[in-house]
Amino acid sequence: MLAVIEGNDKTVVDMKVNIAGVEFKNPVITASGTFGFGKEFSQYIDISKLGGITLKGLTLAPREGNKPPRIAETPAGILNSVGLQNPGIEDFLKDELPAIKNLDTVLIANISGNTIEDYCSIAEKLSDSDIDMIEMNISCPNVKSGGIVFGTQPETVNKITGEVKKHCKKPLIVKLSPNVTDITEIARAAEAGGADALSLINTILGMKIDIHTKRPVLANNVGGLSGPAVKPVAVRMVWQVANAVKVPLIGMGGIMTGEDAVEFMLAGATAVAVGTGMFKDPEMSVKVVNGIEKYLKDKGINDVKELIGAVIPN
Amino acid sequence: MGKNLCKIYSIDEIAANITDVVIESEFIASNAKPGQFLHIDCGDEINNFLRRPISICDVYDNKVRFIFEVKGNGTNRLAAKKRGDILDVLGPLGNGFTVSDEYKQPMIVGGGIGIFPLLNLAKQFDKKAEVFLGFRNKDRLVMENEFKAVSKDVSIVSDDGSCGIKGLVTEPLINRLENGVGDIIYACGPTPMLRAVKTLAEKYKVKCQLSLEQRMGCGIGACLVCSCQTVFTGTKKYKKVCADGPVFWSDEVTLND
Repeated sequence: MLAVIEGNDKTVVDMKVNIAGVEFKNPVITASGTFGFGKEFSQYIDISKLGGITLKGLTLAPREGNKPPRIAETPAGILNSVGLQNPGIEDFLKDELPAIKNLDTVLIANISGNTIEDYCSIAEKLSDSDIDMIEMNISCPNVKSGGIVFGTQPETVNKITGEVKKHCKKPLIVKLSPNVTDITEIARAAEAGGADALSLINTILGMKIDIHTKRPVLANNVGGLSGPAVKPVAVRMVWQVANAVKVPLIGMGGIMTGEDAVEFMLAGATAVAVGTGMFKDPEMSVKVVNGIEKYLKDKGINDVKELIGAVIPN
Repeated sequence: MGKNLCKIYSIDEIAANITDVVIESEFIASNAKPGQFLHIDCGDEINNFLRRPISICDVYDNKVRFIFEVKGNGTNRLAAKKRGDILDVLGPLGNGFTVSDEYKQPMIVGGGIGIFPLLNLAKQFDKKAEVFLGFRNKDRLVMENEFKAVSKDVSIVSDDGSCGIKGLVTEPLINRLENGVGDIIYACGPTPMLRAVKTLAEKYKVKCQLSLEQRMGCGIGACLVCSCQTVFTGTKKYKKVCADGPVFWSDEVTLND
């Protein structure tokens, strides 16, 4: 039952959530690929005010990424085709992790690979690090091999999740692609494979053409759509998946405000991730935390967990 | 670095579709280096989801000046702002030009809207800089007198000869380099111009810095969309225009993107 008392600023709100045994001080996380390895945004926000941060996707070997242009602006969003540019797992552990390992927030590494063995090997290397959780990206639309090819068939999702689980001592989050016919099938397959949590949605494959040059704006021709444009699709998918699985969900896609985050939680997400919105405002992640807290106080709700899956379907 | 809410002190169209803006910001004015940029929220997040990166033209007192060409909906909305309006600005961002007393004969080359970040650069050299500015035609000619006031000499070149010399902006530069003048070249402008300047710098063995442009996302080095190809001892590598640049040494960038 939700408390129905009139809220005020003195209401003490419990913002903590728990995902797979990991406690988050609040349900707001940064989305992978939008937050680098943390240091860039530390000039704009106090990262310890966030529930967690998800780091830029890592692969076994360094990756140069796709040719530029890698970004195109679209109505209420962007298309990107970065292509998993990253320094590789070894350089990350050596050069990047030491600077962030003591941050007072949950650290989530995001991993990708060309083969199941790649994923297992990275998961193993991260298992002995200061990373708190691992998010497995089987849904990147911007790379030719690996990535999304693992994420669009229930059988392969089940298999890769099961294999990676064997090598992963940290809680494993599987990030789902929206570029599928039935996302609940994929979600069930990941859960059956042993996923501790699911995150959704990754970007939606899209395209923009310059009508004057008749060429696609992205050098890669196509890229992943993110931003407020995808929010209704993301909310719908979180709701469908929440009704199909028991593991906790991290919802994302176009979150710009506390109200947006609340919508995802009502749909069934235990936590949310802010991504593209931070390009508009580098302080947005913290503003979302404050926005959720304000919503709870205004409604007289004293525990954010009461929002999870509290939508009342018609 | 930093998010600033800045009041517009003045905003004027100085040529067709070219808008000259001065904003008030003590922080940016006292921290900006020539060649750095601002990342500006133009408003209307449906049609302009992203901020627009615009280079800093000049700073003085607590004022920051930037000039841009209206190219699409974002810059159009920015140009429609009024004196007194508040702009949400990130900056100063990126790495600017390397200015040093060691350079006695700086050559500054600008093409089209690439000339704007070069004014504050020229000012740093106490009338020692020789400036070469290229324009499409006389209707696009702006800031000639402002550059003249801070430079040793200014050469104007236009595509059609309607102002200055007809030809390419690199032609008068070649004359000076042939005469052994110039110990550093700074350039900002269209990529073909930058390629030509890079080639000249290699030919005449003169140090050279180029300011690059690329479509940007976050503007602070986190999202990796504004990459440019660089080369170091034969190895090609993408760097970030926003955080590693926008100014690069010419022998570092391939300009092959």
